[in-house]
Amino acid sequence: MSTATIAGVAVELDAEGFMTDANQWTREIAEEIARQNGIAELTELHWQVIDFCRKDNVENGTPPTVRRITKGTGVSTKDMYALFPKGPGILSSKIAGLTKPKGCI
Amino acid sequence: MGTTFEKDTMGDVAVADVGSPFQANEPEVTRKVAIICSKSTLDMAYPGLIMANAARMMGMDAMIFFTFWGLDIVTRKKVDHLHAGMLGNPSSPMPHSVMGLPGMEALATKMMKKKIEGLDIPDIPELLETLADAGAELYSCQLAMEMFDLDQDDLVPQVKESLTAMDFWEKAEGAQVVFI
Repeated sequence: MSTATIAGVAVELDAEGFMTDANQWTREIAEEIARQNGIAELTELHWQVIDFCRKDNVENGTPPTVRRITKGTGVSTKDMYALFPKGPGILSSKIAGLTKPKGCI
Repeated sequence: MGTTFEKDTMGDVAVADVGSPFQANEPEVTRKVAIICSKSTLDMAYPGLIMANAARMMGMDAMIFFTFWGLDIVTRKKVDHLHAGMLGNPSSPMPHSVMGLPGMEALATKMMKKKIEGLDIPDIPELLETLADAGAELYSCQLAMEMFDLDQDDLVPQVKESLTAMDFWEKAEGAQVVFI
């Protein structure tokens, strides 16, 4: 685990760069992590996904998988890959300040 | 505002050594996996499809090559009727003498499908759609197609094209290859 300052906030990260404390997250942090992963700007659709991930994480105690996100938000699988080209299964959680999703689907 | 790193709280491994935790500084090399599906029982179909989908979910390139009995997974008439493979399977919960009786395989298949549905795993046709939407590339084996007298129209639309073995190796360049 390491500490990093993202968008002016000190946050704890695991070895793969996932935040370990979702409460340290801010929307500015999300924008910064997105930029570092090749997403120049977070659109309304991105935020719809991120907000769902955070809500679902609170309700279920674990970040949602891609399939769960598509079912819960109505965002299509194709759109998920357009929104997060470098891997929607990982980036949705990472940008939302959550841990790595545990599901396989 | 950028990202700055402070001391690694775990000890003496400098954060700079592992690069940015967001992989921002890593060279852009996309990992790639090529999965060969040669069997079509549910227990052989799911692993290949799920592994390919997982690869795409983490940004890896993924391609699947359906050959021999694996073609059933993408054959329109068969895709909805794949079975659990219990005979010749030492992990079968029942003795083969019982599993071989009429209706037993159907029963085992029904039980497995129910379990899969309970875990919120999609059925095979939905999983094939998801894979295509996720950008995984699905190919059928030209030789096996000829062997089984199949045309491209006999396959689900998610299959891009038929490849010869040599075409496959061209497409699979740089990939980790998995044979199932």
